[in-house]
Amino acid sequence: MNGIPNLHLWLLPILPLAGFLVNGLFGRRFPKALVSAVAILATAIPVIQVATIVARFGSLTLPHVERVATWLSAGGFHADLVFQLDQLTMVMLCVITGVGFLIHVYSIGYMAHEEGYWRYFAYLNLFMFFMLTLVLADNFVLMFVGWEGVGLASYLLIGFYVLKTSAADAGKKAFIFNRVGDFGFLLAMFLLIQHFGTLNYGQVFSQISMHPEWQGGFLTAIALLMMLGATGKSAQIPLYVWLPDAMEGPTPVSALIHAATMVTAGVYMVARTHVIFDRSPSALTVVAVIGTATCFFAATMAIAQTDIKRVLAYSTVSQLGYMFLGCGVAAYGAGVFHLVTHAFFKALLFLAAGSVIHALSGEQDMRVMGNLRKKIPVTFWTMTAAVFAISGFPPFSGFVSKDDILYNAFISSGWGKAYWFVGLLTAGITAFYMFRLWYMTFWGEDRTHKSELVGHGHGDGHGHHGGIHESPWVMLVPLSILAILSVIGGWMGWPEGLGGNDWFTHFLDPVFRVAQVPVQTVGGSKELEAILAGVSTLVALTGWFVAHTLYYAKPELPGKLARQFHGLYELVLHKYWVDEIYGAVIVAPVLFFSRFVLNLLIDRGIIDGSTYAAGMTTQGFGAIVARIQSGNIRSYAGWLALGAALLLIVTYFGFTTNFMLR
Amino acid sequence: MVPVAYYLVLSAILFSIGVGAFLIKRNIITIFMSIELMLNAVNLSFVAFANYWRQINHQFSGQIFVFFVMVVAAAEAAVGLAIIIALFRSRSTLNVDQVDLMKL
Repeated sequence: MNGIPNLHLWLLPILPLAGFLVNGLFGRRFPKALVSAVAILATAIPVIQVATIVARFGSLTLPHVERVATWLSAGGFHADLVFQLDQLTMVMLCVITGVGFLIHVYSIGYMAHEEGYWRYFAYLNLFMFFMLTLVLADNFVLMFVGWEGVGLASYLLIGFYVLKTSAADAGKKAFIFNRVGDFGFLLAMFLLIQHFGTLNYGQVFSQISMHPEWQGGFLTAIALLMMLGATGKSAQIPLYVWLPDAMEGPTPVSALIHAATMVTAGVYMVARTHVIFDRSPSALTVVAVIGTATCFFAATMAIAQTDIKRVLAYSTVSQLGYMFLGCGVAAYGAGVFHLVTHAFFKALLFLAAGSVIHALSGEQDMRVMGNLRKKIPVTFWTMTAAVFAISGFPPFSGFVSKDDILYNAFISSGWGKAYWFVGLLTAGITAFYMFRLWYMTFWGEDRTHKSELVGHGHGDGHGHHGGIHESPWVMLVPLSILAILSVIGGWMGWPEGLGGNDWFTHFLDPVFRVAQVPVQTVGGSKELEAILAGVSTLVALTGWFVAHTLYYAKPELPGKLARQFHGLYELVLHKYWVDEIYGAVIVAPVLFFSRFVLNLLIDRGIIDGSTYAAGMTTQGFGAIVARIQSGNIRSYAGWLALGAALLLIVTYFGFTTNFMLR
Repeated sequence: MVPVAYYLVLSAILFSIGVGAFLIKRNIITIFMSIELMLNAVNLSFVAFANYWRQINHQFSGQIFVFFVMVVAAAEAAVGLAIIIALFRSRSTLNVDQVDLMKL
């Protein structure tokens, strides 16, 4: 084929779907090795395919569009199965297939002793299918298919331990909170249809660029509704509360879905539809404020958590806030860059935490860990790489991307300095709670024998191992690869202020290029970038130092501080009581309304009542009439005679003359 | 010449006796006989009308109907008596009030 090469993009999502179908339908009877082989194959081939696409990426004309089939067609409206590839999609494909594949490999080791092994891998492949559909879609409807699908896969995997009530509840919570966001996404799509008559990215964006007079107005409405969708999927204020509970799922799931890929779908969506956001400075401000607020509050909530996975969950919420902050100051490239590096180091953090949990036979409470660095050295070193990356120490990847965002926030006009300051503060808190986790888990005295005091194993089903042991190689290899990526992953976007060329941002420039800059920048320079990088490194060091003092040098101090600042500590420990407030303000009235008004009054009273009444009337009438059927021949004959007599009388008096109206 | 009304009145009286007997009597044989009485009351009116029409336009269709009724009555008697015998064998009674199984 000359002209446009055919990349067979449809194969990317279809292979995991095939893996899901094979494992989902027949996996129950397969041996575990076969289940893993199917699942790994279904994710490994897309990795290879993505690699070949990367190899010939330079020769493609972008965006590269491949039409698969006609799907929806109603009047002039079309939404077809069309896949498209551009720089942003390419980045997402690399992250999803790469990290996804590594986590599949890791899961073979982590889930080896679990019930429902086949079910787990079937769901995981299903997730890959929907996630790839989401990023490959070339219109909003197909993206929505992926968007809903990843929500479904997330629900299934959070509630994977179906016998645990808390896991089932967490799954429902995640699903319902996502539903609220999806509602916003749907409304945004309706508005798009109303104003543009199409949901195709290219057509919508070109219409917008042809009308420079369109500013704010309905574009703000669309952007805000999309942002509502993004807050649901990406766990931002006000819809973030499902993510910490999602930690009920198996740890590799937390790594893949609730850290690396699915929760970044909101960031992807904002970046993808940046043309709309660019026209609405107020919507961008909302994005930036939500991002900033989320990143700060989530970080403070992470401070007092004792469950290792929950610390990481709040940290994920916080880091996603950074990404939205980047998007909110129109530095979409920086936001996506942080998405990529975060996928590396946060997936690594979760997988390493999973390795710790595996080593401790299912224990997740950091209070009964400690001094594990000698016992599980590979986990320790990979975790260390991730901790340094997320805390923002140069030259680790988190430093580069986070500073990219903070720099862009600093030079943006308006509230830029405020965003920067809160972001910087959060960076310090991040370093603090990550090193707190690091010290509590790997340093200090060994508290593993105290697990009886805390008194509960979280029970990922690792109970029969006995003894602290390093994980098998099948888990350690993905850890090591991700550790390398966490260290060097940021180098592809090394800032110009520090002698790099910021290749990553320039790579994405064709996607994010706009005719009109929505956010004015003031006084950006390479020197300023270098100074800001130095400042944030200092802040990170401070966070490390505080954590070192509190959790290594003077381990009795945190307890004292908690008593001294009791109110503050309680506030943070209980996560600002947000769950309780939502419960009282939203859930309780809704439940009350459902139970008493909708259920008792409308459902039972009016709807059930009317049907029962109709039924009872017929039944009562029937019961009376049924008494005629006595079985007594003479009574039948009597009725017959009565009827005949009646007819006779009617006929005699003249039926037509006397009984019919003329 | 006896007017047709006389025959009809006689037919009505016979029919009413048949209906009355049917309603009052409990013995199934008697009821059966009252059915025959009703049929024959109808036959009488048929014949009377046939005679009446013969004087006007020379038609005999009423008499043809009588033959139909007689054939049906004969067949009904054969089947009915067979049922009565079967009933008596199984229930040992001819009282229709005791034969009321055909109900809900």
